[in-house]
Amino acid sequence: MKRTITILVENRFGSFDRIATMFSGKGFNIHSISIGETEIQDISRMTIVTSGNDQIIDQVVKQLNRLIDTIKVTDLSDMDRTERELALITLPYQKGSIEEIKNISDIFRGFVVDINNKSITLEITGPPAKINAAVNVLMPYGIKEMARSGTVALSRGEQLKTRKMKVA
Amino acid sequence: MGQGGPKLSGAEIFFECLKREKVEYIFGYPGGSTLKIYEKLYDIDFLQHILCRHEQGATHMAEGYAKATGKVGVVLVTSGPGATNTVTGITDAYMDSVPIVVFTGQVPTSLIGNDAFQEADIIGITRPITKHSFLVRNVNELAPSIKKAFYIASTGRPGPVVVDLPKDMINSSTEFVYPDTVDIRGYKPKYTGHQNQIKKAAQHIASAKRPVLYVGGGVIMSNATQELRSFAIEYGLPVTMTLQGLGAFPGTSELSLGMLGMHGTYWANQAINNCDVLVALGARFDDRVTGKIDTFAPDAYKIHVDIDPTAIDKNVLVDLPIVGDVKNVITELRKVMPGKPQVEEWMKKIQGWKKDCPLEYEKGDGKLKTEYVLEKISEITKGEAVIVTDVGQHQMWAAQYYKYMHPRSNLTSGGLGTMGFSLPASIGASFGVKDRPVFSISGDGGFQMNIQELITIKAYNLPIKIIIINNSFLGMVRQWQELFHAEKYSFTNLSKSNPDFVKIGQAIGIESYCTENPDDVDDLLKKALKTNDRPTLIEFKVVKEDMVFPMVPSGSSISDMLLKRLNPQRMV
Ligand SMILES: Cc1ncc(C[n+]2csc(CCOP(=O)(O)OP(=O)(O)O)c2C)c(N)n1
Repeated sequence: MKRTITILVENRFGSFDRIATMFSGKGFNIHSISIGETEIQDISRMTIVTSGNDQIIDQVVKQLNRLIDTIKVTDLSDMDRTERELALITLPYQKGSIEEIKNISDIFRGFVVDINNKSITLEITGPPAKINAAVNVLMPYGIKEMARSGTVALSRGEQLKTRKMKVA
Repeated sequence: MGQGGPKLSGAEIFFECLKREKVEYIFGYPGGSTLKIYEKLYDIDFLQHILCRHEQGATHMAEGYAKATGKVGVVLVTSGPGATNTVTGITDAYMDSVPIVVFTGQVPTSLIGNDAFQEADIIGITRPITKHSFLVRNVNELAPSIKKAFYIASTGRPGPVVVDLPKDMINSSTEFVYPDTVDIRGYKPKYTGHQNQIKKAAQHIASAKRPVLYVGGGVIMSNATQELRSFAIEYGLPVTMTLQGLGAFPGTSELSLGMLGMHGTYWANQAINNCDVLVALGARFDDRVTGKIDTFAPDAYKIHVDIDPTAIDKNVLVDLPIVGDVKNVITELRKVMPGKPQVEEWMKKIQGWKKDCPLEYEKGDGKLKTEYVLEKISEITKGEAVIVTDVGQHQMWAAQYYKYMHPRSNLTSGGLGTMGFSLPASIGASFGVKDRPVFSISGDGGFQMNIQELITIKAYNLPIKIIIINNSFLGMVRQWQELFHAEKYSFTNLSKSNPDFVKIGQAIGIESYCTENPDDVDDLLKKALKTNDRPTLIEFKVVKEDMVFPMVPSGSSISDMLLKRLNPQRMV
């Protein structure tokens, strides 16, 4: 089962690398990983989508906590949360198909962000499942290129209830 | 970027920091990128620099020093090859949770990434094998990085920290201020255990019928030996130890079951198989201990105390985890124990197993056996020595036959199993421990892996008793070949290629002896023990085909022990 883990991490040389090294060294899965700034200047937020049984996820969370540069690790999977992903999808089009592609994009509340006389690029945002659905529907039109941002997530509403145990 | 202190060069700051960390020894080797530090070192007298002969040696020296004293071991090497030579030692320290700080020179920041002469990305290389690391990219960061490095290495679950020092950081200057305290928001080791969990543990222990304490290196690291001893004795709890835990509890005590696991005693493993409450203290359920996981202590209620939450539920799912410092937790446990378990029956049972299958080896055939040598060393030193072993059969025999009386006395590479550990690690131990004899015990194979450090031993005239157990084989590998690999003794026979160890010792200026006669053992050991101002080397030529028993074959249940050789002895 997929799990979404969010990590607040020191925005410092090598801290991202340590997390990635830990995942590969321990043989944990990474389905997607994204990192970006937060409201605090020297802290970044990383969202990792991983998978494994409970024992593995327990280890993932503990191993992340163990790293010196991680400040807070939260497994959002069982929480009320907002998850979003962004995809850029470029498709070729012919005379008839452009309308169809635009229709599909509208259904997924996407935007056309680029177009030329051969291809069209859509931007679609939403929960990862929605992106998957859009990709499936667009597949027959022959996707030329696709870039997905990976999931970003925040818990909803109240203060985070973290499973944090910050020990060496 | 004024900070309010006197203006010092990076090299000067480096030493000011070490002074404040009360560093007594640096184990190192100079080179281009650290020349400024060595220039400054020339006039420093508050610490001693020990010149190794290979940087791997320096890391094991630092480990030996740290394991023997509990203080942080310090290494200083140059960039590139100097740094990469430390990788094995750093990994070793990581696996056995040894607090060392390794300072590596680095090319100037302007050249990093250019494949400059003697550039190696040591931070990248060591990332999976360090607790943490620092690349100093601004001279103002130098002192805080060093402060944090020592703090991180020595607190929580200890481990190695690398500090990479680009040449321009060492050469430039800034105002020196050493931080008084460390505050790392992502790193707050938790020392006290959860009170309710501790109470629950106490109840389970008190009502146990067949309790066992399973003690690992964490007990020694947290200096919890006294607490453990009082606890076990007060409540009559039998104690079995891992390789790293040996010495936590006196080997001669009635309650000591010796080591458990692959080459553990029959009675310790039987006790684990049959116990109803297992208390793991600072141990990590390593596969060399547990054998087949599903059958390890199958009926036991498992309590696990460890400072590292990742150790808990990693290999074995436990019933009651307690995250905290073992010393604290045992102290708290003792306060809330509701009573004493009734263990007379249980102890009788354990004694029975001990009688059924004691540790034994063939005596009286006039041939020299490693077991005999180790028994003698144990007897003559009364279990008071610091024993630094290498890796292989002799290491397991030392664990079985040396009756350790004190913590920090069994220094050995457990997690990584690094051949070549003993000789350099004994150097660190010898600098750290002055009031007890230090023995380096190696096989003829491992002895050759860091043999260059004999020169270091002589250079400082350290009174190390250097013991070579020469069975003319890579003995432990030979044992597996005999048992599990169709007796194909592929590349393990050293008898034709081994050098004359006595001549090597003599060439370096070390008094060196050799014997294959059991009758000489006593005299030679006593002679070495009396020699306190210089090293002594003794080569014991032992039988070639001896095997370590009992043994749990890799991946088997610990109830399935091989107790002795099945086939008749064969000469090889
Ligand atoms: C650096 C390293 N290389 C290889 C091994 C694999 N290995 C484990 S034990 C052993 C044999 C050791 O032989 P020796 O040093 O003669 O000791 P003995 O087993 O005979 O006591 C070997 C090769 C190792 N542990 N470490």
